[in-house]
Amino acid sequence: MSRHRDDTGAKLGMWLFLFTELFLFGGLFLLYAVYLSRYPREFAAAGREMHVVFGTANTAILITSSMLAATAVSAIQRDERRRVLWSLGGTVLCAAIFLFNKYLEWSAEISHGFYPNSPRLAAGPPGESVFFSLYYLTVGLHGLHVLIGGTLLIWVAVRVRRGVVHSGDYVLLENGALYWHLVDLIWIFIFPLYYLIL
Amino acid sequence: MSSAEQAQPCTEGGFWRDTGRTGITSWIFSTDHKRIGLLYFYSTFGFFLVGVMLGLLIRLDLMTPASTLMGPQTYNALFTVHGVVMIFLFIIPGMPGAFGNLVMPIQIGARDVAFPRLNLFSWWLYIIGAGIILTSLFTGNGPPDTGWTFYVPFSARTSTNVSLAVLGVFTIGFSSILTGLNFITTIHRLRAEGMTWGRLPLFTWSLYATAWIQLLATPVLGITLALILAERLLGTGLFDPTRGGDPIMYQHLFWIYSHPAVYIMILPGMGVVSDIIPVFARKPIFGYKMIAFSSLAIAAAGSLVWGHHMFTSGMSDTAILVFSFLTFIVAIPSAIKVFNWVSTLYKGSISLEAPMLFALSFILLFSIGGLTGLILGAAATDIHVHDTDFVVGHFHYVMFGGAGFAFIAAMHYWLPKFYGRRYAEKPAIVGWALMFVGFNVLYFSMMVLGLKGMPRRYYHYLPEFAPLNLVATIGSWILALGLIIMLVNLFRGLFRGEPAGDNPWGGATLEWSIPTPPATENFEQEPVVTHGPYDFTRTGEP
Amino acid sequence: MTHEQTPHILSYGKLTLVWLTLLALTALTVWVAHHNVGIGHVWGSLAIACLKSGLVIAFFMHMKYEGRLLRWLLFTALAILAIFIGFTFFDVLYR
Repeated sequence: MSRHRDDTGAKLGMWLFLFTELFLFGGLFLLYAVYLSRYPREFAAAGREMHVVFGTANTAILITSSMLAATAVSAIQRDERRRVLWSLGGTVLCAAIFLFNKYLEWSAEISHGFYPNSPRLAAGPPGESVFFSLYYLTVGLHGLHVLIGGTLLIWVAVRVRRGVVHSGDYVLLENGALYWHLVDLIWIFIFPLYYLIL
Repeated sequence: MSSAEQAQPCTEGGFWRDTGRTGITSWIFSTDHKRIGLLYFYSTFGFFLVGVMLGLLIRLDLMTPASTLMGPQTYNALFTVHGVVMIFLFIIPGMPGAFGNLVMPIQIGARDVAFPRLNLFSWWLYIIGAGIILTSLFTGNGPPDTGWTFYVPFSARTSTNVSLAVLGVFTIGFSSILTGLNFITTIHRLRAEGMTWGRLPLFTWSLYATAWIQLLATPVLGITLALILAERLLGTGLFDPTRGGDPIMYQHLFWIYSHPAVYIMILPGMGVVSDIIPVFARKPIFGYKMIAFSSLAIAAAGSLVWGHHMFTSGMSDTAILVFSFLTFIVAIPSAIKVFNWVSTLYKGSISLEAPMLFALSFILLFSIGGLTGLILGAAATDIHVHDTDFVVGHFHYVMFGGAGFAFIAAMHYWLPKFYGRRYAEKPAIVGWALMFVGFNVLYFSMMVLGLKGMPRRYYHYLPEFAPLNLVATIGSWILALGLIIMLVNLFRGLFRGEPAGDNPWGGATLEWSIPTPPATENFEQEPVVTHGPYDFTRTGEP
Repeated sequence: MTHEQTPHILSYGKLTLVWLTLLALTALTVWVAHHNVGIGHVWGSLAIACLKSGLVIAFFMHMKYEGRLLRWLLFTALAILAIFIGFTFFDVLYR
């Protein structure tokens, strides 16, 4: 019995893993839904404090990065290694810009006194404090995933460069891209729920 | 395939020998599913014994109404750690990790699981998580005292070492997710030729259903535990009513995982019983399709009923009505299984050997546990017995009488296959009898106590409950004695007993068609399966 | 164990088209939020988000070209997540 390579199995495994990520964020979205239904006005008021420009820019950046990751998969299937590397580089660059924006945005918010357990939120209505706590947890967890996904794609890019991942064996790249798309998917929901509740 | 005649069939041959590494590293870095299975077996079973000790201590304290054997804080820590160890370190990882790993790939005719390295990583995560939990007991402000459910607001405020314990459980949850992911992929992708879904052994079917719960429910536990950490470390206030939070939401999130989790614990046990009963009744299983389907049905229905843990929490009446109603639905697939097992026994040629005795007691004890569960699931009666010893008795009937007895049945049924030697029959039966009697004396007394109003988790209690508590404690000693006899006999047998042979029980599933102990890659050639798992006319063929 | 099907290769043109649609939908959702004061627009925003994620899953993640198994599994997972969130509202809405 020789050891088979099972790309379909590897991809199935990755999808199953993505389901678990979905349920991890699902718990936070559940809390969001419940507290939104309890504090619609406070959520709207808190939403007005958010920086829509940062949110919109980051949405566009993540969508672009997702497109680039998909391009990398198409490119490796056509055996265009340079294009794979450029696309992956673009994806990772987008990830870095996204995190940098996040840093600027959080700095601004924290300096305005919006952070969990802050005196300003403690003095405000209870729903706002819930909104910002959820916002920091959800976006923080998402940011952690951006970091993990970016690192994963760098690692994949190195293996593409070395020729370990090539047009005949690219399931690693496919799975890395799948993970990255999940990061994008989660953000697609975070964006309207936190930034566009006006 | 004549290892029954060989002089040294024990831990010399098969997967015990052929490996590149030597010593301990050939185990803790092995990617062989059988070695990982044994790693899981010894680590989870070790924690089971720790949990037993803690349980015996709790019973000892409760022997008299105002015992001063230990302080109240120690008592709180004791029942918390007993719960955490038994649930997160034994039952949840135990059956899939140990017997799922040992047997499932062989049962489907595969050489290993789909992701062998991930499998090893899961075990390491389990060990790291267990290490963190153990550390939490001896560092900081003492072991957690919240109960295994970590309910807020207490878990967010207590000064004991909850943060570390929660982190440990989180890690173990991750391990459980990866095991589930691995098993689903394995069962989908690595079945041998001819191993159709309709020929899958029922133990494997039950693991498949279990794996789905592990995969989809455990992440919710992960986020719930992370939220406790956030409450404690960042002060997010999401469950704090003074800041707009809602503590009942914690209970929702916790039980969204933890109710399906009881099916993670019991489903593989049901699978073991479904595999053992036809073999020892010498009769094909009755209602194969319905048993397989009911595993999936339990997994699905079990995801809809978490609210029945919260009838007295202040949840809305509508929710109580809905969750109470849905709870009764779970009884249907469970009953389907029980009826099918009993029908399999009907007119069978039953041989009452140790695995069968444990499997039969599973049916009885699980039925008692399941039916008392309906008393708890009905909102009206639940109000009366909520948070009493009745709940504790019910839970142990399902978890220990069910999952625990099934685990021991699996030990007697499968371990001889992997060690090549078997235990003596008579002491095994004595051990079983003592365990069975002790178990019922212990937990039935607790259920009666609960109906009379004895609250759970109380350090001291009213003198009127004293007699039955004494009886329960004596029961715990009988149970422990039976456990010791069972263990000594089993392990003496595994290392020094008679050779077991390739197929000691006359099973028809694939694991009995290969030499004992199995080779590292299980099969010499990829088997082509030609018959169902309970077709005893074809025993010994693939 | 074997390769059941030859992989489907998405053209760069199609990827770009999906990308532009996603950006347009993002613009739309921002526009809707600003011209529709009140809480009712949450559902509108969510509908657009679902559409966007549908596009990402179908094309970027190749789900459109995968077999039935993966599609069913995804559907099941999403249904269970919806149940987890939905059933909680039996409590929250009627308390």
